[in-house]
Order: sequence, then structure tokens, then C-alpha cells
Amino acid sequence: MSSDKLQDDAVLEIQHLRTSFDTEEGIIKAVDDVSLTVPESRIVCIVGESGCGKSITAMSVMGLLDANAAKVEGRILFQGEDLLSLTKNELRAIRGNEIAMIFQEPMSSLNPVLTIGQQIMEPLIVHKKLGKKAAKQKAIELIERVQISRPEQIFDAYPHELSGGMLQRIMIAIAISCEPKLLIADEPTTALDVTIQAQILDMLSHLKESLGMSILLITHDLGVVAEMADEVIVMYAGKVVEYGEVTALFEHPKHPYTQGLLKSKPSMYDMVEELYSIPGQVPNPLSLTESCYFHDRCDACMKICRSQSPALHTINADQQVACWLYEGVTLGV
Amino acid sequence: MSKLQPDLKPKLKSNKQLILQSIVTTASPPESYRAGNNVKSSLWRVAMRRLVKNKLAMSGLAVVLFMFIACFVGPLFSPYTNGKTNLAIMNQAPSLRHWLGTDKLGRDVLTRVLQAGRISLTVGLASMVLSVFIGSILGAIAGYYRGIVDQVIMRVADLLMTIPSLPLLFIIGALLSDWKVPTDYRMYIVMVMLSIVGWPALARMVRGQILSIREQEFMQATVVLGLRDRRKLFQHLLPNIVPLLIVIATLNIGGAILMESVLSFFGLGVIAPTPTWGNMIDTANNLIDFQERPWLWIPPGLSIFATVIAINIFGDGLRDVLDPKQRK
Repeated sequence: MSSDKLQDDAVLEIQHLRTSFDTEEGIIKAVDDVSLTVPESRIVCIVGESGCGKSITAMSVMGLLDANAAKVEGRILFQGEDLLSLTKNELRAIRGNEIAMIFQEPMSSLNPVLTIGQQIMEPLIVHKKLGKKAAKQKAIELIERVQISRPEQIFDAYPHELSGGMLQRIMIAIAISCEPKLLIADEPTTALDVTIQAQILDMLSHLKESLGMSILLITHDLGVVAEMADEVIVMYAGKVVEYGEVTALFEHPKHPYTQGLLKSKPSMYDMVEELYSIPGQVPNPLSLTESCYFHDRCDACMKICRSQSPALHTINADQQVACWLYEGVTLGV
Repeated sequence: MSKLQPDLKPKLKSNKQLILQSIVTTASPPESYRAGNNVKSSLWRVAMRRLVKNKLAMSGLAVVLFMFIACFVGPLFSPYTNGKTNLAIMNQAPSLRHWLGTDKLGRDVLTRVLQAGRISLTVGLASMVLSVFIGSILGAIAGYYRGIVDQVIMRVADLLMTIPSLPLLFIIGALLSDWKVPTDYRMYIVMVMLSIVGWPALARMVRGQILSIREQEFMQATVVLGLRDRRKLFQHLLPNIVPLLIVIATLNIGGAILMESVLSFFGLGVIAPTPTWGNMIDTANNLIDFQERPWLWIPPGLSIFATVIAINIFGDGLRDVLDPKQRK
């Protein structure tokens, strides 16, 4: 599980991704020099609070950002091919076919005037060139596969007739219809209640096993991370602050931000009066200066933190961290 | 009281069971129950059911249907369909032989009103179809692609809208008369003329709708699915505005019939001998006919009035059912 070995069979490799928005008030660096790797058949979680650039990272990979508003730089290698250099047509052949995505809001992610069946059949007809009949058969199989009973009836139903949990299953059915190599799930369970959430996550990890796909899971829920992730990326204000294997990260969080996140998670065993919360707020992306962006919320803030931003350092086989506290601590020390 | 109590107890118990059951079911929800029996009742069926309940709209529909059937079937039973002139029986008042009398060339007015209705309704329908077709496609393209395409299409639409449509139609009509276009063709040309002045308003409305729908999350999902623009536009966006299109289209028929009548009244639309309601009212231009022979102009006038008002009432009813957001 060493990071060297993982680089070889990477499905997705993001190198120095910078996504910025040019607004009237100034340039907003939503994603600032993010590099990450999603190895084959593994689940990588991006975790962080609202506005830290998780979703923008995913949208940059999918090319969902308006080219007039957002500037995306760096390299996004999917199976060795740079997605940013592909033409519109080449990209279209990959989207929905080899990379699929599911969104946070299942209620609004399906077209309200088309039946469930029509929408599941669509990628099959477009990418797999199936005929109507074969597509319908496959669609019904897919509905069964995401554990919805009476698939024939659901096939003819409209989105408003189904519950949120069912719609998210349908979204997953659509996403896996072409057996993608990579599934990007942008907070797939945030809009669902907890029991459904567990079922959906369970199903996702089963599908991952049976289809051999990788999942890039974006979430702010550490419970989800603990359950699903093989590797975790902690983002803060557009930067990666900690990157590591999941057990190592949960047992020995290095970055003060990660420590804070873990501390603010309610525990079943400790009775506390008040839940811990990290003081302060995410900084305004417009007013960022050269510094560790976390410094004004950090308990262990040092002088250097205010003037220089730390780079991501490998501190042991399983973890990388961007923090001045660990500067000088290198592999094997 | 004491009698009631034995009854009450089992009830309480069953209530408790129910609550327990509901807790159990939410814990492991059988999600499929919601889509149960009403899967087949589509959006359309719900709308239809609501429409049938709207009495005003249904009476409008009845009048429209009556006009259509009368105009397209009625002349088949008339012995006067050849339109032969017979000066011996000119300007006769309504009688049993000629229910609505005869005109100044001795033709049966009822038959001509019905034949005129065929033309007027056809022109109204056809120009509506054409303008909805042009307007929705151009509007959808403008709204979807935005940028330069949008600018070009919408500025052309603006241009057409800045010119008052009546004078524009008059000029075209006058030109056509000048070029001696055969009367048989004029009907088709009138259709095209009406759709040319009709599409800009429609394109604007469609564009506005598309602009808002294209930003919704399910359109982002179509990008993620790797669909072509054409598919996104015609399979995903346009179906979302079909209710709006149906409403506009219905209301447009009335407008087109009126426009055609106005043009024909001035002799710039469909011209004699082909009858339309508009050119039949033309007889009211003559003071003697207007005062002494009301059977010449009241029937076509009433036909226009009844048809257009019925279409508008029906259209309003449709709007209430299909497009609640547009409600006044």
C-alpha cells in the first residue's frame, strides 16, 4: 500500500490543478495547486468544510465549469490522457462512458419530464450503441441491480413519483450503466436521511467491488470517510493539507485542521457538554496572502505560519501533510 | 361510557401497533411502495383530468370543435358547394331553401361561410404550426448557445417586432397583389406571412424558458453523461417547455385567424372568389348591404367572434392546467 506502487495503476491522476475564477473583486483561487491520485479499484475521499474547493475539484475533472468564468490549469490525467487537452468530442466519449458522476441532489438531477426508463437508457443508446429493446432490458437489469423492486413499474415512472433515496439509486444506475472506470460522487448522501445513506454507501462499495471501478468520493462527513475510504485527502481553502491512508489519518491525524475536524465529530462513548468546534471561519478566498491559510484558527500557530505557506511533505509511508510543525520530519526519521 | 370502553381499548392497541409498525417501516423503508399503483398515471393524464373539470374551457373547446366539424363536414351536405353564381336569386333573405340567404351573386351564404371557415381555420392552424416551429427552434437555439448565435437570432426577432405587424403585412399583401400572385397560392402565402410576424414573440418566450432550464442540475447531469448538444436541446430541454408551447400555440390560432380576417377584409389576404370570413365581411363596406342585408356579414362576423373567443377561453383553461406559473 505504499504510495510508489499506487502511482503505476492510477486511474485518475491530478497534477498541480489550479482552478480560479476571475471576478470583479479579484481572482478567486478556488483550487490551488492540488495533486492527487485515484488508484484502480480504490475509494479516495476528499473531505473538508464548505467552500474548501472539493466540488470545484470534481467539476474541473468533469469539465463542468464554464470556460468563460473559470480558468483551469494543470494536468488531469485519466488513464494517462490529459482531459484538459481533449477536444469537446473526445471528452464527450469519455464522460458518462468511462467517467461517471453522481450529484448531491437526486431530486433535481433527473429531468422531471422524462421517465426513469428513458433516462437510464440514454447513455446505453449513446455510448454503447444499444438498440431500444436491448437498452430497455439492460435498464431493467440496472434498476434491479440498485436494489429497487418492481423494476418494470419504476421504468415507466416519472422522477416526482419516487423518493429521494430511490432517485439516488436511479442516479447510480445511470452512472454505472456503461461500467465506468471512475465514479465521481459529489456528496452523494448529503441530501438523504441516515438509514438511506448507509444503504447507498453500502451499495456503492459493493458495486465498486463487482465492477472494479474507482471512486472519488467528495464529502464533509467523517463518518462516511471512515466507512468508505481507502485514502483520504483533507482540503482547506483550496489546498490539500493532509493526504493519507485512512486508518493512519484517523489514528494519527497530523495537521491541526484534521485534528480539529476529528475532535468536532460527536462520539458515542464520550459524554461531553458541548461539541468541540474549530474557532473562526474559512478565510475569504479574495484576501488570501502568502501564509498557511489555517494560521488564524490554529492553536499551534507559529511565526512562520503567518508569512509562508507550507508545502506538502511526506512524513511516513502512509501520510503527507502540509504544516510547518512537521517540517524537517521526513521519511524514516 | 362504560359501553364505549371495551371498544376503545382494542382501538388504542391497534393504534399503538400502527405507530410501532410505522417506526419499523421507516427504519427499513420499503421504498418501492410510493411508486405503487399510480405509476401509469402520467403528468398528462393529471392535466387532462383537471382540464375536463374546467367548465369554461370545455365549453370553449366544444365551440371550437363544433366550428371545425361544421366547416369541414357541413359543406358535404350542401347542394350549393360548386359556388355557381345565379343572378336570378341574388341578395335573397334567409329562407328554407337558403338558410342564411344568398349574396349579390346568388351564392348560398351558409355554404360560403362554412367553406370560408375551412380556409380561415386552416390558415390559422397552419400559420400557428409554422410560427411555433420556427419560434421554438430559434428560441431554443438562442437560449442554449447564447453568445453570437443568440445575438443574431434575437436581434432579427427584435427587428421584426419593432415594425408594427399590420402595416408590414399590408405592404407584403399589396406587393403580392401587385405581382399578380394567383389566388390559389395566396392562401399559402398568407400562412407564411402570418408566421413571419408571429415567431419573434414566441422565440423570446422560449429563449427565456430555456435560459432558466439550462442552468438546472439535471442539465449538468446531461453534460456528465456525455450527450450531444442536439440531444440535450431536443430531448431534454424542449420537452420541458412543451406545456408552455401548447398554451401559446392554442392562443396563437385565435390571433392568426383574426389577422387573416383583417388582411382578407382589406383585400390583401386571401381574395375572392376563394371565400374567407374576412373577405365575406367586406360586404359590410357597402352601406346598403350593411343596413338592409345583415345576413351577408353577420354570419361570418359571428363565426370569427365565436371561434376566436372560444379558442382564447380554451387556451386560458389550458394555461391554468399546464402552466400554473403563468397564471395571472
